[in-house]
Amino acid sequence: MAAVATCGGDAGSAGSAVATASKSNVTSFQRRGPRASGTNDSGPRLVSITGTRPSVRNGQLLVSTGLPALDQLLGGGLAVGTVLLIEEDKYNIYSSLLFKYFLAEGIVNGHTLLVASANEDPANILQELPAPLLDDNCKKEFDEDVYNRKTPESNIKMKIAWRYQLLPKMEIGPVSSSRFGHYYDASKRIPQELIEASKWHGFFLPEKIPSTLKVEPCSLTHGYIKLLQFIQNIIYEEGFDGSNPQKKQKNILRIGIQNLGSPLWGDDICCTENGDSSHSLTKFLYVLRGLLRTSLSVCIITMPTHLIQNKAVIAHITNLSDIVVGLESFIGSERETNPLYKDYHGLIHIRQIPRLNNLVCDESDVKDLGFKLKRKLFTIERLHLPPDLSDTVSRSSKQDLAESAKRLGPGCGMMAGGKKHLDF
Amino acid sequence: MFPELNNLLNTTPDRAEQGKLTLLCDAKTDGSFLVHHFLSFYLKANCKVCFVALIQSFSHYNIVGQKLGVNLTMARERGQLVFLEGLKSAVDVFFQPQEKPHPLQFLREANAGNLKPLFEFVREALKPVGSGEAGWTYPVLLVDDLSVLLSLGLGAVAVLDFIHYCRATVCWELKGNVVVLVHDSGDVEDEENDILLNGLSHQSHLILRAEGLATGFCRDVHGQLRILWRRPSQSTSQRDQSLTYQYKIQDRSVSFFAKGMSPAVL
Repeated sequence: MAAVATCGGDAGSAGSAVATASKSNVTSFQRRGPRASGTNDSGPRLVSITGTRPSVRNGQLLVSTGLPALDQLLGGGLAVGTVLLIEEDKYNIYSSLLFKYFLAEGIVNGHTLLVASANEDPANILQELPAPLLDDNCKKEFDEDVYNRKTPESNIKMKIAWRYQLLPKMEIGPVSSSRFGHYYDASKRIPQELIEASKWHGFFLPEKIPSTLKVEPCSLTHGYIKLLQFIQNIIYEEGFDGSNPQKKQKNILRIGIQNLGSPLWGDDICCTENGDSSHSLTKFLYVLRGLLRTSLSVCIITMPTHLIQNKAVIAHITNLSDIVVGLESFIGSERETNPLYKDYHGLIHIRQIPRLNNLVCDESDVKDLGFKLKRKLFTIERLHLPPDLSDTVSRSSKQDLAESAKRLGPGCGMMAGGKKHLDF
Repeated sequence: MFPELNNLLNTTPDRAEQGKLTLLCDAKTDGSFLVHHFLSFYLKANCKVCFVALIQSFSHYNIVGQKLGVNLTMARERGQLVFLEGLKSAVDVFFQPQEKPHPLQFLREANAGNLKPLFEFVREALKPVGSGEAGWTYPVLLVDDLSVLLSLGLGAVAVLDFIHYCRATVCWELKGNVVVLVHDSGDVEDEENDILLNGLSHQSHLILRAEGLATGFCRDVHGQLRILWRRPSQSTSQRDQSLTYQYKIQDRSVSFFAKGMSPAVL
């Protein structure tokens, strides 16, 4: 059987009437399997990029999001060529933290960064990145931390929450020899040397010159047009799409776009329900994904979806993105004082995981996830187990259960969801 | 193609019906496995297939197709498959000015355009070329998916017009089949999508609707498939036949079973 993976084998077939101009297309959706002897051996190009690893399911190239806990939930990591959309929490505290983890991971791995923002200068964003925890100097401190927390309970078998004891523990500490996925200290800034050694491009909307692209004036918001041009320029000039064959060392481009869809980008999708540029954002996402699929890049976008007036647009945006993660923080809401949530800072909802090159995807069984931010660790844990419905279980008063069940909302089954009144 | 689904639909690649419009619909779940099924089904039936893939790249369908037993690269090379890769073409049409109308020309237009260039592309791709061609049985148009066109700014009427033209050409003139996928937004108020879905439901001969379970996520039963056979042109004196099954998607196939009869439950 002919080999599946051929770098640049996509273009050049006669049947397609819309063959593109570039000769060799690098797509990252290739299975790295054994090659037939007949094809030209271009070597295992994709193996040697730092900070990436192949997926165990289909050989897809993955990068870390900067949060090992999130990597686990997404099936090992973020696939190269895809878009991770983060639905911001209300005050944009934790979503900007995830954004920074993503960028910091890029710096630690030596990837090229592209940071785009309409409200904050990218240079300032980079200054505020968290410091990485490198294994040798911090492992001692971390061990002490864990030890202090664990001593009172480690020897006591759980009497009440006995079902939790049977479950495998989610990994909570830095793995000593991991080159994929690092831990960061949110209270310290990244060392200046690391930033200077890294390669990054910034896109700060107020500073950009007007575009020369001849597009109909209202087709896309001006800010989006400029950003797309900028991204396409970087991808083309630095050879992330395989157009520069002399480049010896392949690298990943990490694109981070902050607060996309907010009025600062010139888009009115958060202000009115049926504005003039109501399809500007979706067209932008579509063309962006087209750029990503044909290059070695990965993108994180944070979007204030809680401000979008037209709910149908959120459904469109979800369909046009690959991975969608929603954050809901408890700050300022009534849940802050709810005893059910006292250990956590918020809920995290994995709304969509793509099925790439596959009929199935690595959906996690656990749908109720809460996160908490400690100084050195952003953990994501399952909130609780579903109720044990066997006859021998004694229940607490029905009142409490009903109250807490109402608060949880559509906790189970966001992806294959059902009618709301049947969730419990 | 999934042999179990063929049994449920009572077809095989050798004796499939012609001149039909099949509507694939998914609500609260991912119905893309149906697209993979029909793509491999019609390639095995030796049809000439025009695939308008707006949502994923070619290599995605290729890799899944190989699990199902068809090789898309070879099909494309010998002319059996005409593949329009939406994502790649969108980048071309957006960044480079085009001399002649591109199938995705509407991306450059400000107000709601129409899909005439896309229809021209389809007609060109599926028109029967002289008599010397390796005889493909009949042409098939496959679109994945139509809801993307709505989210990119086209109106429901424009998309319905496009499907109407395609049906007239492919189904009636060339005696082929058309298969399209539309997302059902469910409880989200999306008028345009509802208009499109209702309009297509009335025109289709076969509707396959993949739904999530009413009770939420389940590891062993991924969803429920409703099959509805219709006769849109004749008077509806007889009832349309409808069947419901539950399914579980595996790595290379999908297994179907009657409601409540999942092997995990029994």
